Amino acid sequence: MSEPLSTTAAVKPLLEIKNLQVGFQTQNGLVPAVNGIDITLMPGQTLAIVGESGSGKSTTAHAIINLLPGSGRITGGEVLFEGRDLTRLNEKQLEEVRGRMIGFVPQDPMANLNPVWSIGFQVEEAIRANGIATGKEVKQHAIRVLKEAGLADADKRLRQFPHQFSGGMRQRVLIGMGLSSRPKLLIADEPTSALDVTVQRVILDHLATLTREIGTAVLFITHDLGLAAERAEQLVVMYKGKVVESGPSREILENPIHPYTQRLVAAAPSLASRRIQSSQKNLTDLGYSAPRAAAGLDLVEAAEARAGKQAATTTAGGPAIKVDALTKIYKIRGAKRDARDFKAVDDVSFTVERGTTMALVGESGSGKSTVAKLLLRLEDASSGTIAIGGQDTATLRGRALLDLRRTMQPVFQDPYGSLDPLRNIGNTIAEPLQVHRVGDRASRRSRVDELLDQVALPSALATRYPNELSGGQRQRVAIARALALKPEIVILDEAVSALDVLVQAQILRLLADLQAELGLTYLFITHDLAVVRVIADHVCVMQRGKIVESSTVDKVFDNPQQDYTRELLNAIPGANLKLGV
Amino acid sequence: MAFYIFRRFVNYFILSAIATCLAYVVASLALDPASKYYGRNPQPSKQTITNILNGLGVNPDVPVLERLWNWIVNLVVHGSLGNTVGGTSVVDQIVSRSGVSLRLLLIGSVIGAIVGVTLGVWGAVRQYKFSDQVVTYGSYLVFATPTFVIGVLLMIGATALNGAAGMQLINFTGEYSAGLSGSWWDLTADRAVHLLLPTVALVLIGAAGYSRYQRSVMLDVLSADYIRTARAKGRSRNAALVRHGVRVALIPMSTFFAYSFGTLVSGSIMLEIVFSFHGMGEFTLNAITQSDINAVAGSTLFLAVLVLFSSTLSEVLYAALDPRVRN
Repeated sequence: MSEPLSTTAAVKPLLEIKNLQVGFQTQNGLVPAVNGIDITLMPGQTLAIVGESGSGKSTTAHAIINLLPGSGRITGGEVLFEGRDLTRLNEKQLEEVRGRMIGFVPQDPMANLNPVWSIGFQVEEAIRANGIATGKEVKQHAIRVLKEAGLADADKRLRQFPHQFSGGMRQRVLIGMGLSSRPKLLIADEPTSALDVTVQRVILDHLATLTREIGTAVLFITHDLGLAAERAEQLVVMYKGKVVESGPSREILENPIHPYTQRLVAAAPSLASRRIQSSQKNLTDLGYSAPRAAAGLDLVEAAEARAGKQAATTTAGGPAIKVDALTKIYKIRGAKRDARDFKAVDDVSFTVERGTTMALVGESGSGKSTVAKLLLRLEDASSGTIAIGGQDTATLRGRALLDLRRTMQPVFQDPYGSLDPLRNIGNTIAEPLQVHRVGDRASRRSRVDELLDQVALPSALATRYPNELSGGQRQRVAIARALALKPEIVILDEAVSALDVLVQAQILRLLADLQAELGLTYLFITHDLAVVRVIADHVCVMQRGKIVESSTVDKVFDNPQQDYTRELLNAIPGANLKLGV
Repeated sequence: MAFYIFRRFVNYFILSAIATCLAYVVASLALDPASKYYGRNPQPSKQTITNILNGLGVNPDVPVLERLWNWIVNLVVHGSLGNTVGGTSVVDQIVSRSGVSLRLLLIGSVIGAIVGVTLGVWGAVRQYKFSDQVVTYGSYLVFATPTFVIGVLLMIGATALNGAAGMQLINFTGEYSAGLSGSWWDLTADRAVHLLLPTVALVLIGAAGYSRYQRSVMLDVLSADYIRTARAKGRSRNAALVRHGVRVALIPMSTFFAYSFGTLVSGSIMLEIVFSFHGMGEFTLNAITQSDINAVAGSTLFLAVLVLFSSTLSEVLYAALDPRVRN
């Protein structure tokens, strides 16, 4: 990153947000989302806004270019861009600013490209709208923009459609469009949250190089503190629509002042794995142990507790899960009716001891979720065996299969999609009991109360509906539902990936407590290696359907054997931060 | 893409064939073609009636599946759909009448779709504003009004208009003015004037339905991320809505067009009768009242073929709009 320019008195700020207030009009009146924030960004600088969902960080980004969704509107304050107040511009003037002077890279590359128009059309549209080129030059310019964004065969790809692109390639297209007119400011709203860590790293490196070359200032919005600290020289921490702390990234990371920031630092998995490494090298005295305010959320503490427990675990009664040479082949129908085989899972073997946690780590498409489906017998394996508690599951039918399901329950990624919106929480948790005909109405109800208590939710929640709950509460409900049948094994498929860091830390803590209390065996499937350190005992790293490395957590983190594992570890945001060393 | 369309066409072809066979069987079981002869005075002899029924191939003493088989063989080998109870060829009747119906149906459904889609998009963009409310209540009013009432109301309006103008501005009885002769241009103009009111009625019915669906689909699309991205690129709101919104919103509509076509056909049958058009609607209705099995089966086949083509057309439209389903 470039040297901070703020020291030069002659340089005026590029963007100055003064006392900005944004509200959303609802039936109950105006609900404020941003309550008077101040942010100053110098030309060429990178500034990150960090906060959890609902903190108002994205709303701030949208307010700058006045593209607030639905009923949102700016209710006060100024957004000075090169001294001009953007909130006072009319629509026509704003169209001149958008794209041309302020570029925008949106969050979800899957939803931000129109599926029915070709990539070329959408890039050329950005070029035409800003009058960068006309006539035949537009196409040439589009090719140049895409090449810059890192698509080498851009001229061939112009006629392709978004669905023919991977997530990373789409995000490159969006970055290319955002930078196509060499804007002075680029707003990047969680540009890589939907991507794998390794792809995220490559894309953000590329973005940094590009913006440095062009001299574009970047306003970087993210929920990941480690990522923010790694990518930006200035940090702004937002909480409930207010800026709670701002300043140089390193300072905030090393010496967070506001309690919220302290909790954020303690709970960030990306930083935690770094801190765990540090603490093991007896660097604790350098002062990155969690601030006291964050007790109970600190992931380092949790990981250490786990390490102690792990040593004491006895492996009685054989492994809970034993997978041997598991293979799943899908037939893929090609363009000309030819079918070819795709090995989603390729000769995978692993064992999970009772009461321990096995993490299955890999990028999207590595086959880790397919393994979960095979284990749950939601799909049948092409070859290989799965033994649950010593019993081969492939031959189970009817009654016996139902019994298997009872011992093994899943928790899925999306707490919004995995709860039926028309069922109240009590019925949702009781459903597995009804399906398996466990107990009568009264005993089911008391079991629901007991389960809600186990996942630390008030029993009053039983009569509420999912839309009244937060993401973290919903995931607790999903866990309670999984525990209803007193299973021995819980399969957690990206169970914390969709949650904010603080909530994520709480859920991880809950899972650890439940494991200690109930002796559960976890198969923890995730793309986030940072979380693994906190929750798991053993790790299997998967790549293209195969297990490339399998060992204990400490060995994998401290002494990775495979290049791919090293690549994954390096891609953890904040992995390269030199914390006080 | 050609293969995709072809596959869908074969699919619809089989469905149409099954629908037509079912219609034949149901008509054969429900209608009693002999009954009209029993009421005659003097009543024809049993033998005469049997001969007539055998000649038409609708004798209830022959098993229905055997009659169906004969009907299919006759259709495939001779291209014939048998005779009506009046003794004319069903195929000849369909050929002479279909033009009248197709003109009304095609013009009505195409204009209805265009008007409906436009109103739907407009209503979505101006959600809850006065104009949106007017369109909403207007379309519910049309929904709630039986087709023939719409026809009659339009006739009353036209009569009032003619009276006010003091001359016959709008002709609405029959498909063309009786005894008219003249150049091709005069004939066409006369037909166009006669077609006006039933077409307006059909457009109203079609547009009322289409506008509701288009509006709700468009509302979904309006909040799509790529619309915001297009605006962040520097495009104006309207350009982003038209370029990125409408095309996506039309994708589910293209399927809806095909399935709502059937509704329009039944609407046009009523309108043909109200406006005294001698088209397929009148033919179908007469066939049922006269217990004419061959004519019912023939007109069902005609409708099935129409639905076959409109469905295939909607698949072509779908593939043209959405690159994801191609290849």
